[in-house]
Amino acid sequence: METALTRLALRIWVALVLAFLFIPILIIMLYAFNTSTIQSWPLPGFTFKWFPETWNDPEVREALLLSIKAGLIATAIALVLGSAASFAVHRFRFFGREVISFVVVLPLALPGIITGMALNSFFRFNGINLSLWTIVIGHATFCIVIVYNNVIARLRRTSPSLIEASMDLGAHGWTTFRTVTFPLLSTALVAGALLAFALSFDEVIVTTFTSGAQNTLPLWIFGAIRLGQRLPEVNVVVFFVVLFTVVPVTIAARLTGGGGVTRASAAAGRAAKEGE
Amino acid sequence: MRAALLLTPPLAWFVFIYLASLGILLITAFWRINSFTTNIERVWNLGNFRTLFENATYRAITLRTIRMAALVTLTDALLALPFAYYMARVASRRAQTALFVAVLVPLWASYIARVYAWLLIFTNDGVLNWSLDKIGLGPVTLAYTNTAMWIVFSYLWLPFMILPVYTALERIPDSYLEASADLGARGWRTVARVILPLALPGVVAGSIFTFSLTLGDFITPFLVGGAGSSFIGNVVYGNVGVAGNIPFAAAFAIVPVVIMGLYLLGAKRLGAFEAM
Repeated sequence: METALTRLALRIWVALVLAFLFIPILIIMLYAFNTSTIQSWPLPGFTFKWFPETWNDPEVREALLLSIKAGLIATAIALVLGSAASFAVHRFRFFGREVISFVVVLPLALPGIITGMALNSFFRFNGINLSLWTIVIGHATFCIVIVYNNVIARLRRTSPSLIEASMDLGAHGWTTFRTVTFPLLSTALVAGALLAFALSFDEVIVTTFTSGAQNTLPLWIFGAIRLGQRLPEVNVVVFFVVLFTVVPVTIAARLTGGGGVTRASAAAGRAAKEGE
Repeated sequence: MRAALLLTPPLAWFVFIYLASLGILLITAFWRINSFTTNIERVWNLGNFRTLFENATYRAITLRTIRMAALVTLTDALLALPFAYYMARVASRRAQTALFVAVLVPLWASYIARVYAWLLIFTNDGVLNWSLDKIGLGPVTLAYTNTAMWIVFSYLWLPFMILPVYTALERIPDSYLEASADLGARGWRTVARVILPLALPGVVAGSIFTFSLTLGDFITPFLVGGAGSSFIGNVVYGNVGVAGNIPFAAAFAIVPVVIMGLYLLGAKRLGAFEAM
């Protein structure tokens, strides 16, 4: 189809875009080993000394613990609510069914500042003090759609005859769910949970408005960069945060064959369709 | 009955927390603060919106935010089209999978880490100036400029554009391109008349995200933008924190919602959704 020259030009373009996408990530990983407290290039030398230093910083530990707690609870809520919504939308026909898939996408499709500001006004209005739980509420709200998308995609690809066969063989609703439906869904649930956790673990914009005085790990990073303080520790934290956000995604991509991981395109497609 | 049982918890979450929050955000925008006590007064008025329209600074900030969102969207579309075309129609099956993962990794890699990476690249003695010096192009001052912001935003949201464009291009049947060639269209004509129109729905889907995410950001302007590069988000953030004018912050947060609404409406008018 394409001439050899076009192919060559396309290849060069792809290589340049890949370089653009990956060089910053590689560079930031290298800075974790910087011997100097001044963040300049080239690095004067390589060291591991900041790793124990960072690990022993009580502020970093506290932020890490808060991030993990918030991520786990938000993921648990998203798993329950997201799969309940996807079962309902998949299995039953009811009034307003189409609206649901639109509403669950909103927290991801609207700019984060709106979700953050809206929740902040909501908590203020109801006299709720900002705490771990307000962070969890914010995170769960935008994580639900991740689980929902993964589970409903799997449900749509699962043949209903499997469930009918189970029923025909005398298995009741719960037995069928336990022995047929759930095993079929398990990898979609794991993928959804991993992605929801990764999203929660990394979120800054909504969290700024829902966290009060406490710092999650990304908020701690933001604060430290802003003040230009403890940058060697920031480098180490960033090194691990990149790992922790990338690893779950690669696992999830394997579990779902790539389908559920595109977060944006899935949501954009749906939002666009609903907008008609 | 079972549908209600499944649906009530997620629906209650969205109605009583998320939609309620958006409702309260809207209401708060029409309140005001007492200028002496800085307490919120629940008195209906249009003062916040009047300030937004009449104050030249806020108008400039709104325009700057929209302009940047448009520029970033355009840049990402230009970067993504050849890349996605190669991915969808030239690359071998294995290369296709590899490229897919290569786009997913930066999509999910920690947001704050990627912004920070660019901060270090742009500093006076960072990677960029070191490389420019090596090839004899001399140092540039990019840190804390609007150009820096443009590069970082384009970088951050590029994967959000590539994926839907790729999906759109992959769906084009080979026969369309063959037909175009048979009818005598040379390479570029096929690109302009067949490929680009069919890629448009993907570009629109991606643009919803590049546009919306830029519109709602305040971390990137804060960290890599200089003085005088405030976004809508920065004013909202400032008014929740230091300045303490929640009603005004709420009013300004409504602006991106309205812009996104108009944007989606405009995209629909273009007829871009019909093709999805």
